[in-house]
Amino acid sequence: MKSKILAASGIVAIAAAALTGCSAGAQQAACTNTVVHPDAKQVSVWAWYPAFQDIADQFNNTHEDVQVCWTNAGQGNDEYTKFSTAIEAGSGAPDVIMLESEVLSSFSIRNALVDLTQYGANDVKADYTAGAWKDVSSGAAVYAIPVDGGPMGMLYRKDILDRYGIPVPTTWDEFKSAAQALKNAGAPGVLADFPTNGRAYTQALFAQAGSTPFEFDNASPAEIGIHVDDAGSKKVLSYWNDLVAQGLVATDDAFTADYNTKLVDGSYAIYVAAAWGPGYLSGLSDADSGAEWRAAPVPQWDAANPVQINWGGSTFAVTSQAKDKAAAATVAKEIFGTEEAWKIGIEKAALFPQWKPILESDYFRDLEYPFFGGQQINKDVFLRAAAGYTGFTFSPFQNYAYDQLTEQVYAMSQGQKTSDQALGDLQASLEQYATEQGFTLK
Amino acid sequence: MTTRTVAEPRTASTSPRRRGATLSSRRQRWGWLFVTPFLIVFALFLVFPLVYAFGMSLFTTTLATGTAFTGAANYLKAFTDPLFLGGMGRVLLYAVIMIPAQLLVALAAALVLDTLATWLAKLTRLLIFAPYAIPVVIGALMWSFLYSPRFGPAATLFDFVGLATPDFLAPDTIFGSLVNVVTWQWAGYYMVVIYAALRSIDPAVYEAARIDGANGWQTAMHIKVPMISSSMVMVVMFALIGTLQFFTEPVVLRSVAQGAIDAAYTPNMYAFSLAFSYSQFNYASAIAFSLGILVFVGSYLFLFLTRKQSGLK
Repeated sequence: MKSKILAASGIVAIAAAALTGCSAGAQQAACTNTVVHPDAKQVSVWAWYPAFQDIADQFNNTHEDVQVCWTNAGQGNDEYTKFSTAIEAGSGAPDVIMLESEVLSSFSIRNALVDLTQYGANDVKADYTAGAWKDVSSGAAVYAIPVDGGPMGMLYRKDILDRYGIPVPTTWDEFKSAAQALKNAGAPGVLADFPTNGRAYTQALFAQAGSTPFEFDNASPAEIGIHVDDAGSKKVLSYWNDLVAQGLVATDDAFTADYNTKLVDGSYAIYVAAAWGPGYLSGLSDADSGAEWRAAPVPQWDAANPVQINWGGSTFAVTSQAKDKAAAATVAKEIFGTEEAWKIGIEKAALFPQWKPILESDYFRDLEYPFFGGQQINKDVFLRAAAGYTGFTFSPFQNYAYDQLTEQVYAMSQGQKTSDQALGDLQASLEQYATEQGFTLK
Repeated sequence: MTTRTVAEPRTASTSPRRRGATLSSRRQRWGWLFVTPFLIVFALFLVFPLVYAFGMSLFTTTLATGTAFTGAANYLKAFTDPLFLGGMGRVLLYAVIMIPAQLLVALAAALVLDTLATWLAKLTRLLIFAPYAIPVVIGALMWSFLYSPRFGPAATLFDFVGLATPDFLAPDTIFGSLVNVVTWQWAGYYMVVIYAALRSIDPAVYEAARIDGANGWQTAMHIKVPMISSSMVMVVMFALIGTLQFFTEPVVLRSVAQGAIDAAYTPNMYAFSLAFSYSQFNYASAIAFSLGILVFVGSYLFLFLTRKQSGLK
């Protein structure tokens, strides 16, 4: 009997140990990189940049008082989902987090980000372009330090345009003629794709014609202005709807395996892209062996008054869960604040810098890109685009706004709605949502 | 261990009446102790989250005005929310089409395999079951490639017979595409459940049927199917709950068909995007609970209506 009880309690003890045992090791922070100075303050960082290991090493080797402990918590929405859950839970967020500028308002309105002006953000303001700084500011507050940007240009297949004798379009009118010419010539592909899930891309195209869909300032967070159906967006969407209806462009979903293949196999002759586009393209497989890529400025509505636009771009923000906010702010300001770090960022991660000392350097201007046949694409296209970009105001529910935009543009591409109806319905749905969320409409 | 267990009844039998009572209570005590690890996990990972989520669903948080207690307001909103009701209607439609499809495939395969006893039957059984062994996400990803106009085999096949290739990911075809994925994945599993039930029928019954002159079809329809009705009820029950909570397959296919599958395609997807894309955790909890209530009512109603077949009555 005795031994039976002993055996039984032994089993129970083992079961209990097995249950509690798994939590023992979880307390230690798991850094992907090496901490060089273990006695220094550690700042946890979430980021998904390629080659970030090298950047983190570079920071840790050059700083003795602060060390970076880096984790890749997923790319874009994967990371935001985790961050959002951590905000709701009240713990589990990193000290410094990589966020795209379009989601900053969505997190700052939930008091998840620290206003960096109290930690010396304005000291580094002069290091960034006005447009980049506006993207991270809301009124007087600054919620992040810019890292990379996505000034837009047009990447095109020189070999395809040459084969059909089509000149490189500089305006959207020429773009349409080129699409028609390519179709008339019986080319197997189309001139370009207009993805219905373009999200930030679609919004950037609208902005080029003067669309300012949102008015929002985190200083008065209960007020928002919504004008997604303004003249600019109507003009642009009806232009693309026309091209779609005439079969001059494709409407494939972006960022799928199909789309990735079509980008590089000659299905589209033109890829209207951000400055990170070249890096994206050169990473794709199954490319045409005879492809000759070149970069040109993004087409304009009015060639005499060019408007530059931006698609994407990321920042480092300090979360309100950070224990040592000053140290976290130091990391946000300095991690991409050296030429050495940026050379890694540019050459290994294909990032487009917002940090002026490297952005305006001869090195970056004269850089030749083998993928573009040695073209100096920064000098020819992207530096001008970056300098001309004036910034954008996003809504504090940008993800919802994008999902709705996708639904409406899809309905339009299926011929169920005109472009004006699609934008009108989008306006109505966003106004309703904002009201439900307690905003007063301006 | 074995010798001790054998020895036990002898010691217990020395004074059966008095010791019998204490033994059973002692056994119960040990029983509880052994169940404790499970109860801890059950309370920690099921009961507590449920209570917590229910508590959350009674509050409303908006982006601009913060959190306030609103009682049943979220539930009133849920049951008048066209996105939730639309999703509910959609999964009911899936239930009406998808469950019979899975059941028919599973039943037909089980009946055929039950009458065969060759190595080919064993191999076939394994092959039909194989899709269930593939993780749902992997299966759905694989189908997203098969449906792809570029990578999939459809273009080649349809070109071969001279027909235009259909777009499997368009708004009007996505329904059938999803039914296909789910049927492919689950029919094999249900087939094994039904097959096991068929195996447990006494062969003497078949012999009696044969003597009475029943042919194979009659034996299947009038002997086998009625005798395994309780297993069939269980299979439909599983399929019903799974279909009402439809989530993984549409989420995976959404990455290649964003236009055809919206964020509120099924109630579960709606709850997920509310919580994790739009940060409305409170309303998402209310949606999840509303779905839970409907699934519970639906399952109970189904069990009540089939109480005769399932042997519950």
